[in-house]
Amino acid sequence: MTRYIIRRLLWGVALLILVSALTFVLFRILPTGEPARLRAGRLATPKVIAAIRSDLGLNKPLIVQFWLYMKGIFLHFNLGYSYYSSASVKSLIANRLGATLSLTFGAAVIWLLSGVAVGIISGVRRGSKLDRGTMGTALVLISAPEYWLGLIALYLFAADIGQLKVFPGAGSYVGLTGDPSRWFTSLILPWLVLAATNAAIYARLIRGSLIDAMGEDYIRTARAKGLSERRVVLRHGVRSAINPIMTILGLDIGVLLGGAVLVETVFDIPGIGRLNYDAITHSDFPIIQGTVLIAALFIIVANIVVDVAYAYLDPRVRYS
Amino acid sequence: MSASEPLLRVEDLRVEFRTEDGVVHAVDGISYQVQRGRTLGIVGESGSGKTVASLATLGLTRSQGAEISGRILFEGRDLVTLSEQELRRIRGNEIAMVFQDPLSSLHPLYRVGAQLIEAVRAHRGVSKAKARERAVELLGLVGIPDPTRRVEDYPHEFSGGMRQRAMIAMALANDPRLLIADEPTTALDVTVQAQILALLERLQRELEMAIVIITHDLGVVAEMADDIAVMYAGRIVETASAELVFSAPEHPYTWGLLKSIPTLLGPREENLVPIPGTPPSLIHPPSGCHFHPRCPYAQPDHARIDPQLEPVPGEPTHHVACLLEPDVRRRLWVELRAGRMPEEALAEAGLGGAPS
Repeated sequence: MTRYIIRRLLWGVALLILVSALTFVLFRILPTGEPARLRAGRLATPKVIAAIRSDLGLNKPLIVQFWLYMKGIFLHFNLGYSYYSSASVKSLIANRLGATLSLTFGAAVIWLLSGVAVGIISGVRRGSKLDRGTMGTALVLISAPEYWLGLIALYLFAADIGQLKVFPGAGSYVGLTGDPSRWFTSLILPWLVLAATNAAIYARLIRGSLIDAMGEDYIRTARAKGLSERRVVLRHGVRSAINPIMTILGLDIGVLLGGAVLVETVFDIPGIGRLNYDAITHSDFPIIQGTVLIAALFIIVANIVVDVAYAYLDPRVRYS
Repeated sequence: MSASEPLLRVEDLRVEFRTEDGVVHAVDGISYQVQRGRTLGIVGESGSGKTVASLATLGLTRSQGAEISGRILFEGRDLVTLSEQELRRIRGNEIAMVFQDPLSSLHPLYRVGAQLIEAVRAHRGVSKAKARERAVELLGLVGIPDPTRRVEDYPHEFSGGMRQRAMIAMALANDPRLLIADEPTTALDVTVQAQILALLERLQRELEMAIVIITHDLGVVAEMADDIAVMYAGRIVETASAELVFSAPEHPYTWGLLKSIPTLLGPREENLVPIPGTPPSLIHPPSGCHFHPRCPYAQPDHARIDPQLEPVPGEPTHHVACLLEPDVRRRLWVELRAGRMPEEALAEAGLGGAPS
């Protein structure tokens, strides 16, 4: 198992280098704007631009630039500096991480609990009015775009522009350490919006896998033992049905930690997704590269965590 | 309750499932008895209703929306009318069940020990530690070596035979008075089959349980059963002591079953005779005698008249549902036993005529 994890981690590092190389080449071969020109502002003369290019190392060959970049990452964990603000990308990302973590994990708790609960009830009462109602609702939520749900939520419930002024609206986010209760209330709407689609997907998934599990022979055995139906469903059915959900949960969290761009933008939450979005509009390559690298890192780690967790969830799975 | 009162008495049991294609008459009015400490073998092809009948005994068809009528008297209580709550106290406690495929019947994600402990604690308010001791004891009882260690294993770490032993251990957790074994050896290798049957026989002697063994394999019932009920298309077509069923079978379907299994003792050149056709639809069963489309000896009026299970003349414990005359049946069996093919037997027995 340890050997397996080490091997996976080494592959993860190789993958990260590949991802950086790809983004590095991509944004330099297809420039949306000359960074030196952007940085020089309105007073750009060829001489100033040349000076800036030499300053940023942009006149060196591509391979040398990449080598320097990789060296910075591996030796100093240095992700470079923003072309725009000269701030270190590492500190920019570190500052934004809290908001993205808060948003992702809060939403994950909500969608996991609600999705699993609804899925179980629907699965047990298959074909009932309740089942059809919740699954219909789930379909609507899955189909609804996040930003649209976000705007509707703001229009209905935001304290500033909402019809019912219940929750703080866009731009009200504060850090957990600053003011815990404001942190909590400001995240309620974004959490719900981000959780809605996933809760619907999870409810449908767990319903399906629970219905499959309840048809298995070992469920008949559990009933033949004289267990209560509640125990049969929860201890025997749900235990089997939950495994596939855990795989998807890990990956979903990994993806969202790379930035929930739409929800962070609609609710003006200063997270990594928002940082990335702003960097793209400014052609701020070092930040784009840093956020892409962080997003890839989260996805790779999530994958490994999921695979390792699976070995514990299902004793039949053993890696060597 | 008198001493002669059977442990289990099933009377006119019917189990029906409503499906989109129509009503499936899975069990169509069967009656049988199981005496204390004795073994009843229920024999039939797949789809003859034998499994459904046994699941219905424990109310396990309820969750599939089955409609059940008739009576299932277990020690005087009618299981058909019991509430789910009352049935639960009987399941796994007074009546236990062993299923066909031990791998899929054990939960793959729980340790064998945990599943045994759960079975014990479902009916006994004992501590986990006590239940664990019992689990180890049970694994030892069914012949699993090193039970203290194997109790920690997952089902996939057991071999097929050991899994079925574990299933049997689980069924024995609360000393049931009746064990229903549904094709307990079908998924196993032949050598392991013999071991499992020997185990069941030993346990029956030691624990004085009654056993209902459900199988398509006459070899299994020959080994174990005191009495045999042969099922066809949801009905019992013949029932008698095992001895009588093997020495003087009365129903053409039973003959078919007996003639379609190879024996080591018979002459090598003796032909195996398969039963032609396939089991009938349980939604639209054949008219008259349900077996008539596959019966080599059927007469034209057998498609109209529905035979009843009646005692064989001179053998009050031997019942058969067949429209052939008793002496005709006897002559046919004599010819068949001598190795004649069904057509030859027909001619020899003086019935002649092409089968309908």
